[in-house]
Amino acid sequence: MQPIATFGLIVASAYAVLFGVMKLATARRWIDRSTAAFWIFISPWVFGFLLFTAGPMVYSLVLSFFDWNLLDPASFVGLDNYQKAAADPLLGQAIKVTLLYAVLSVPLSTALSLAVALLMNTKVRGIHFFRTVWYLPSLVTGVAQTILFLWVFNPTYGLLNGVLDVFGVHGPAWFNSTFWSLPAVVLMSLWTVGGNMIIYLAGLQDVPVELYEAAEIDGSGRWQRFWNITLPQISPVIFFNVVTGLIGAMQVFTQGYIVTQAGGGPDNSLLFLVLYLYKNAFEFFQMGYASALAWILLVMILILTALVFRGSAFWVFYEAGRPTKENRVRTP
Amino acid sequence: MSGPRELSRPGKAFAFLSLLVGSFVFAYPFLWMVATSLRTNQGVARAGINLWPIQWRFANYTEGLASFPFWRYLGNSVLSTVIPVVGTVLISSLAGFAFARIPARGAGVTFAVVLATMLLPGEVTIVPQFILFRTLNMMDTLYPIILPALFGSPFFIFLFRQFYLRLPTALTDAARIDGAGWFRTWWSIYLPLSQPIVVAAAVLQFMSSWNNFLTPAIYLTTDTWKTLPLALAGFSSVNSTDTTLLMATTIVVIAPCIAIFFLAQRHIVGGISFSGIR
Repeated sequence: MQPIATFGLIVASAYAVLFGVMKLATARRWIDRSTAAFWIFISPWVFGFLLFTAGPMVYSLVLSFFDWNLLDPASFVGLDNYQKAAADPLLGQAIKVTLLYAVLSVPLSTALSLAVALLMNTKVRGIHFFRTVWYLPSLVTGVAQTILFLWVFNPTYGLLNGVLDVFGVHGPAWFNSTFWSLPAVVLMSLWTVGGNMIIYLAGLQDVPVELYEAAEIDGSGRWQRFWNITLPQISPVIFFNVVTGLIGAMQVFTQGYIVTQAGGGPDNSLLFLVLYLYKNAFEFFQMGYASALAWILLVMILILTALVFRGSAFWVFYEAGRPTKENRVRTP
Repeated sequence: MSGPRELSRPGKAFAFLSLLVGSFVFAYPFLWMVATSLRTNQGVARAGINLWPIQWRFANYTEGLASFPFWRYLGNSVLSTVIPVVGTVLISSLAGFAFARIPARGAGVTFAVVLATMLLPGEVTIVPQFILFRTLNMMDTLYPIILPALFGSPFFIFLFRQFYLRLPTALTDAARIDGAGWFRTWWSIYLPLSQPIVVAAAVLQFMSSWNNFLTPAIYLTTDTWKTLPLALAGFSSVNSTDTTLLMATTIVVIAPCIAIFFLAQRHIVGGISFSGIR
């Protein structure tokens, strides 16, 4: 049987059950007709979630207590995989690399995209041109971007060391250097700040002008207005970008894979956590250990996100009841 | 630097100049890539940071594309991009409409779950998904790349819901009085009205599917189904000296993204701005 036919059959039977249950439930008046319609409308997402997210997550948690190489029958090993993880120096290195990357790239890209957005929000000439030029690089992502930067950072023929030469500086070996390879990936990530910049720009343009006018009448200076009006007003936008940026940074894979030919780089200086997970699963076929790594990654991301959410109480400003962007239609 | 209006003349000049210098720095790697794709191999060694090729070589493009089954890979990339784009936009719009307009028990809690799933890293599920698709006998096919993207994305559902919430409820009432069911109301009124979000979501999904690397790298092993990013990755490891061909091929691969950006620029900027505001 064609593989897609099996899949189609699974989906079709799921829908047969769903429609049956909804019909029965409305007939017996357990739920009203609109509730039934609601569940049918969101059912594709629910099925996708169960099949490709929730189900696999439970499965991988179970798998993390087994030893399985895909060929021999899986054997239950209890907490062995987690004990192995605790003593695995490569995992320690992968966590170090990943956290260092997140800690460097998220604040730097936040600061850069916010600074550029502030500059663009000054009614400067040629804003459309600037916006396009700054945004365009974020279209060159993944493999294409990494390949380009392999050559930008090439120690001999590369663009960056060529520029440094002009200033009489002998540039480092970048991706071939234990120390400079991670900073190079961070620099590379800064090239695609355009998307965040546009989000900040929109946030800045939504700050009510009356606030600035009132502050001006009160005689406050430019920095005071920035600290007391602009930053609090756009803090929810910053918060959103920091959370998504952090989650994205913890999942970096393609850059490390392409730069190091899936190796990990000099002294494993580019062994990102997801790359290490990938190697364990699809090179060493240690499905149980890879699943344990996946859960360690998940817990790390959840803790980091929780910390940012916790900390947000101190710096994110939500104005209660203001009919803001939330209720206004933005016509692009 | 706060209010848009009160900047002094030197302040404005400073902003303009910084942006200009920054644009130059940001555009340079890109232009340099285009220049490299048009040089001879000897030219690369001598060029350094110069942009203008001394000897033009357009054959890099034809030779780069001839070095792997380009049309086959292109077809696979198109398939594994277009189907998820259409699927995810329709499904997300449908769900967003339900969350915004259909009164139902449990809707609020379900929406919170949708939002929470945005925080989940997809990488956690790569091992079990691999086992699932292996069991379904779908190794080395496009199904593992296409199927998970068909069921709507929490982020797009959120965008559509926010957009539909801002439309007047009178639209729904009028349609329902005319006898239209929920599905007709969505399909012939709400979906067409949400064109800006449709375009923005389609473009974002296009970019992520077109550039997708992790899942193709896991599932696709033969030329039959490989996609363009895999070609680039393979290229860079096999002929690592042929920079010129590699750059030419890279430009061909990213060209659709850039073309789409210029076609839909207004909507992308609008959609991205809309998406970032909570």
